[in-house]
Amino acid sequence: MASDSAFKRLPANPAAVVNIWVEGQPITARAGESVAAAVLAAGLGPTRTTPVSAAPRAPYCMMGVCFECLMEIDGQPNSQGCMTQVSEGMQVRFQQGAREPLENAS
Amino acid sequence: MSAALTPGHSDVDATVVGGGLVGLAIALGLQDQGRRVVIVDEGDIALRASRGNFGLVWVQGKGDTCADYARLTRLSARQWRAFADDLTDATGIDIQLSQIGGLYICLSDDELQQRQQMLASMRLEHNDDYPFELLDHTALKAKVPAIGPTVAGATWGPEDGHVNPLLLLRAMVERFLQRQGQLLTCGPVTRIEPITGGFRVHAGKQWNESTKVVLAAGLGNKTLAPQVGLSAPLQPNRGQVLIAERVRHFLDYPTGHVRQTGEGTIQCGDSKEDVGFDCGTTTDVLATIAARAVRMFPLLEQVRLVRSWGALRVMTPDGYPIYQQSEQYPGAYLVTCHSGVTLAAAHAGPIAAWIDSGQHPDDFALETFHGQRFSV
Repeated sequence: MASDSAFKRLPANPAAVVNIWVEGQPITARAGESVAAAVLAAGLGPTRTTPVSAAPRAPYCMMGVCFECLMEIDGQPNSQGCMTQVSEGMQVRFQQGAREPLENAS
Repeated sequence: MSAALTPGHSDVDATVVGGGLVGLAIALGLQDQGRRVVIVDEGDIALRASRGNFGLVWVQGKGDTCADYARLTRLSARQWRAFADDLTDATGIDIQLSQIGGLYICLSDDELQQRQQMLASMRLEHNDDYPFELLDHTALKAKVPAIGPTVAGATWGPEDGHVNPLLLLRAMVERFLQRQGQLLTCGPVTRIEPITGGFRVHAGKQWNESTKVVLAAGLGNKTLAPQVGLSAPLQPNRGQVLIAERVRHFLDYPTGHVRQTGEGTIQCGDSKEDVGFDCGTTTDVLATIAARAVRMFPLLEQVRLVRSWGALRVMTPDGYPIYQQSEQYPGAYLVTCHSGVTLAAAHAGPIAAWIDSGQHPDDFALETFHGQRFSV
């Protein structure tokens, strides 16, 4: 389970607990949070490595612009963690480099 | 003209109007000849074909109605490697030049047949010295396993290639500045004043003097050229481009419509629209580009788009460049073309040498690109 995180949830708005899995670890998030917020609050990361230099990265802009928070969410690679809300039982994996272009067009 | 070069203000050999790929290539070529060069650039409000393009160093099919253009294009492609190496050695920026051949993919048999006929007639015109190959679906699939099952085939051009156009622009700017080039970003040039012994280039309240002036301002050349006795009958032609997320490498070769960059990004494009100076995007055109890209490479269906843009090509009536010195005001030159990436090596080489010394290149007839061809 999560180590220390610099991010603290405000007590003002207690939302329902949502359980998600990050790299196989169970963490608790709050309803309405983004995956990026939940992962940061749990003190996990880096959340991806870059395709060019394999440098480690973590969520940054939290508003859909910088693409630093790419993760594999419920099997969908290169998903923007900051633009995806948590849902019960969600499976999150960190994005390692470029995704595979899967030829599974139906 | 009444005014003359101002003493102490006139130690510049050439002013290049326009800091895009064309202007920078000319400026670098003039620096190679030991000249002191100033580039006057409009800034980021400019229409900037250099920031919107597809990054192809493309040969096959270019100049199908103008043999000298095919020669110019091939000359530039041959000189590109040395040009790129020089930039990389000097700046440390890898501009991702790859020239291992390119594909023009044809969806239908008709399209493929027309394409082959066009290239075959070019081969005839160039006395058999025009390399290309026709690839049927099976041959294409062997080269590019990701190709879609309904694609008819492709033509293969061994001299084709591609480059990262944004890194190229950055490397050229750095190289120019390294050699004490002055890049003045001061808004649009408002007036070019021929003076005794040279030209005074005004941009708002600023001005700059030099013995030569080179117009490389893209679509902006249209209004600037008449001020030095030249004519640039240019029209904008919009291309829209789609960018998809980075994926693991699957495409070794650039194609006319889809390419994969060194970082894994997918770029799709090649629309052509006559919409004036509107550089926006439209859903219908983007959808058409995306649908064709998916037909060519079905795996793209599962790949997400991340952005799109429109950019304006700089087109003459026949699509070929204008390289011309003013007869009325010698020392003023017009350099304008659509293919600023492909022709960059030629612009830095023989075209800059011609501007510097008047010497004409051996490989093609420079007169072919005189603007007089449009004033019958």
